[in-house]
Amino acid sequence: MRIFSRIPFFLPFALLFFLTPGLSESVDLPQFAEPEIPKKFSVPPPPFTPGIFPCSQCHQGMPVNRKQRKLEQMHQEIILKHMPGGWCFDCHNPDNRDTLRLANGTVVSFQESYYLCAQCHGTVFRDWKVGLHGKRTGMWDGEKEYRLCVHCHWPHDPVFKPIKPLPPPVKPSDIR
Amino acid sequence: MEIPVNRRTFLKGATLGLAATALPFTKADASFWEAFFQKYYREMNEEEKKKVIQRLEKEYGQKYRKEIKVGDEKALPGVLFGYGLDLSRCIGCRRCVYACVDENNQSKDPQIHWITVLRFKKGEKFTDLEESEKYYNPKEVPEPGYFYMPVQCQQCENPPCVKACPTQATWKEPDGIVVVDYNWCIGCRYCMAACPYGARKFNWTSPNRKPEEINPNTHYLGNRPRYKGVVEKCTFCIQRTRNGRYPACVEACPVGARKFGNLLDPGSEMRYLIEHKRVFRLKEDLNTYPKFYYFFAYGR
Repeated sequence: MRIFSRIPFFLPFALLFFLTPGLSESVDLPQFAEPEIPKKFSVPPPPFTPGIFPCSQCHQGMPVNRKQRKLEQMHQEIILKHMPGGWCFDCHNPDNRDTLRLANGTVVSFQESYYLCAQCHGTVFRDWKVGLHGKRTGMWDGEKEYRLCVHCHWPHDPVFKPIKPLPPPVKPSDIR
Repeated sequence: MEIPVNRRTFLKGATLGLAATALPFTKADASFWEAFFQKYYREMNEEEKKKVIQRLEKEYGQKYRKEIKVGDEKALPGVLFGYGLDLSRCIGCRRCVYACVDENNQSKDPQIHWITVLRFKKGEKFTDLEESEKYYNPKEVPEPGYFYMPVQCQQCENPPCVKACPTQATWKEPDGIVVVDYNWCIGCRYCMAACPYGARKFNWTSPNRKPEEINPNTHYLGNRPRYKGVVEKCTFCIQRTRNGRYPACVEACPVGARKFGNLLDPGSEMRYLIEHKRVFRLKEDLNTYPKFYYFFAYGR
């Protein structure tokens, strides 16, 4: 019985709470501009296997077989551990082997292969542009050297491979 | 005139005599006395600094039989250095530790490392630094189930080590780097006790390093060869960063986990990571205001 007597007391507050529209929308969130690719930066040339580039030196005049298959005569060492169900021509350009091709058909050079990776890894690409993802060398206030994605990630199996650590510090108990 | 030998004159004479025996007259070349009467670095004028640096370059040249440049670059105006370390990328390979040793002329034996890489088990309370492992030595890193956190001088804005120094041999420069004057340090190690990060290291012996391993590009407040009985620490590679270059550890990191830049430049990568990424500073609760930001670029 007592609880009903309290309803009129709470009701105006409850109505005020539910009937103030758009209170949450009026909060201004900070807007950040999408970072751009810096104008002044250099990248070392892509890390090709020696003698493999330009691809057209072998593929010139070869008929293009677009069928997805297991490669048996050449490039058998490339086991694609990237996109499941992926295939060479998802990234390589069958019409000009010395270039790469985006999903929308845009042709990009091997020097700009980051556009290819950016198709799926957009957030990482954004970090790479501002210098957060990947290694930078050079000047903190001037010209920096960037690395292409493929300098650290082999595109056909891009997970960073474990390496041997350098020796641990000497323990105090081992000092003579 | 005869001086009466009373207690006052006896004590005077005895004190002077003892003081004379304590002074090393056998080593009395000019550079020794110059070093003995060297002024406080921050009170020297340009002329005096130049003379001191000339003397040091000569000393080091004789000791290591090669030309060693001792720089004296000033802090750049409008620059406050900050450091970022991506804990979601670090694999604990210790490449940074040894790149630092090569760049900054630390002693090899006894060993001095300015960077300590700590290993933590994933899922454990990792702020408990006492539970970490720094002697880990697996075949390959990263090991599954572990993560790694390199710790070095955090270049605090409110550095407890500076407050502890009785001779003011350590201070914070205008660009935020906490430096040590090895000619003014008396080796009391109060600063090491005051530092909550274990970042300061002590030269128990004369630093032991082969002359061919000495990096000849040095700075007075940074990586010039040290003496026995002085404290040293990370200086953000002052000899490189004051000339616009990245620190040696940044350039050595194989995964690009280390970031460096000017905190006062809104376009720098440091500002971007502080504004956009999950960031923390080590032992923030101690009010030291480190300029070393640990962050996570990947995952949330």
